[in-house]
Amino acid sequence: MNRRKFIEKSALSTLAAAIGSEIVYGNALPKGYRLLALQDPDPFKMFNKDPQMVVLNDKPWNIEAVAHLLDDRITPNKYMFIRNNGKIPENINENEWSIRFDGESVKQKKSYTLQELKSKFEHHTYQLTLECGGNGRSEFDPPAKGNQWTVGAVSCATWTGVRLRDVLEDVGLKNDAVYIGYHAADTHLSGDPNKEPISRGAPMAKAFQDETLLAFKMNGKDIPLAHGYPLRLVAGGWPASVSGKWINGISIRNKVHDGEKMTGSSYRVPCEPVAPGEKVEDKDMCIIESMPVKSLITYPKTGATIKNGSSLSIRGHAWAGELEVAKVEYSIDFGSTWKTCKLESPVNRLAWQHFSASVQFPKKGYYEVWAKATDSQGESQPMVLPGWNPKGYLNNACHRIAVKVS
Amino acid sequence: MDPTEKFKKNARAVYSMMLSIFAVFAVLGAFLVYLTIDPTFSAFKSPKAMEEYTSVSETDDYDKIENGIHVRTGFVEGEGLMLVVNNCTNCHSAKLVTQNRMSKEGWEATIRWMQETQNLWDLGNNQEPIVNYLATYYAPTQKGRRQNLTAIEWYVLED
Repeated sequence: MNRRKFIEKSALSTLAAAIGSEIVYGNALPKGYRLLALQDPDPFKMFNKDPQMVVLNDKPWNIEAVAHLLDDRITPNKYMFIRNNGKIPENINENEWSIRFDGESVKQKKSYTLQELKSKFEHHTYQLTLECGGNGRSEFDPPAKGNQWTVGAVSCATWTGVRLRDVLEDVGLKNDAVYIGYHAADTHLSGDPNKEPISRGAPMAKAFQDETLLAFKMNGKDIPLAHGYPLRLVAGGWPASVSGKWINGISIRNKVHDGEKMTGSSYRVPCEPVAPGEKVEDKDMCIIESMPVKSLITYPKTGATIKNGSSLSIRGHAWAGELEVAKVEYSIDFGSTWKTCKLESPVNRLAWQHFSASVQFPKKGYYEVWAKATDSQGESQPMVLPGWNPKGYLNNACHRIAVKVS
Repeated sequence: MDPTEKFKKNARAVYSMMLSIFAVFAVLGAFLVYLTIDPTFSAFKSPKAMEEYTSVSETDDYDKIENGIHVRTGFVEGEGLMLVVNNCTNCHSAKLVTQNRMSKEGWEATIRWMQETQNLWDLGNNQEPIVNYLATYYAPTQKGRRQNLTAIEWYVLED
């Protein structure tokens, strides 16, 4: 804000220096006009996000929710986290959008326009949990490099589209297909047109699931630009980076896809557990597939003060990657004792589940309410940080809120 | 009218006129004194307007440092600051740096990774001061296996 005023009042040369290039028609600038290059964009307005959302990074844009904003059963756009690896594509024309299928394992290359996808294949709608692989990264010790997500890089919106499987069957695949890799219209931060910011994917088994969609609607409307308009791959329950945005190509590979952020340490954890801070060779890192069991208390907001003797209603969501959540418990004594929450079934596979409970406190004082979910295979959330890994993925430690009884 | 009476009346008129003139000069004098102290009449403006005035004068420098922070980027003031600003905020936001904590080795590895895969240029002689700056001001602190909840904003939850 201040910078704008200053620059407006300064000489053109200063202006040019700030932009890094000459302003050719500088003399013709109307007084008081602010150059587009200098306008501090308001991300909340630009992306229709609630101002309580937290901007972690503005180049590329990375924005997360805080726990209490995620209280809705179906996450609305205004509370949905944004994780970008590159620059958001500009000047998208939905009517000219097409998606190309290629790679070693297609019988022949084939393209569909978005209109063809919509008219040729059956539409399906699912509510799907998308959590960033690095959600919770900020808690790891030693710290892990990257955007320091706390708890808010998760969402569960409804997605409408065609099944990737239906399209792949129409394309025609060879028997040696093992992996799909997406390509998209976002551009690399360095400006290098030959670089893809991110090109990830999934094994054929995941690509062929009912719920894996080429989606063109989110919550019943066109997908918002920041979330992949006009076409997004959606693979619920896996790191959200598998759900590529602005998709314009899919390669069917006869080996594990080796696109940008598939290799090295990206979206990978040590195949065997390591001590905190240990060096891990790339060859000993394994690709993250299903996300681990996790839960979030979305009501009340942390910091609630209640009267002694009154009970506290809590609620939230729990999810378990490919699995279902079997049980959610809460503790008010740092895990010494646990009580069971009411838990609903998911509306469909890969959708988060809602839990609730009424909590009583024995006496005045400071409490933390902890929530712990257990998946259908008996695995629970740890109370402390789970296994350390070099890039700080998969932190599914119990979520907690602070409560004071006075 | 009796001459004494007339004199008294005239005297009263002169007296009140002089009083008025004195009052006018007193007010004018006070005003002039005030004007030398506060020529912009800032005391009569709302505090909001004052703030705006101050904030404009604060931004007279594109690379202004305030309370030890480089205002434009959020970087901590220190040796090597401008090298970091000029080399590390072209492609990505300064926020990507300031939210991270790494050892010297970690920052070096990150720079190498950016050079190998993200088109970062050779930093030459600038690499050492850049890494020193980062490892000094953005060094890791021990967090243990679970930290206390911090920055809690307490509020009364009405039932």
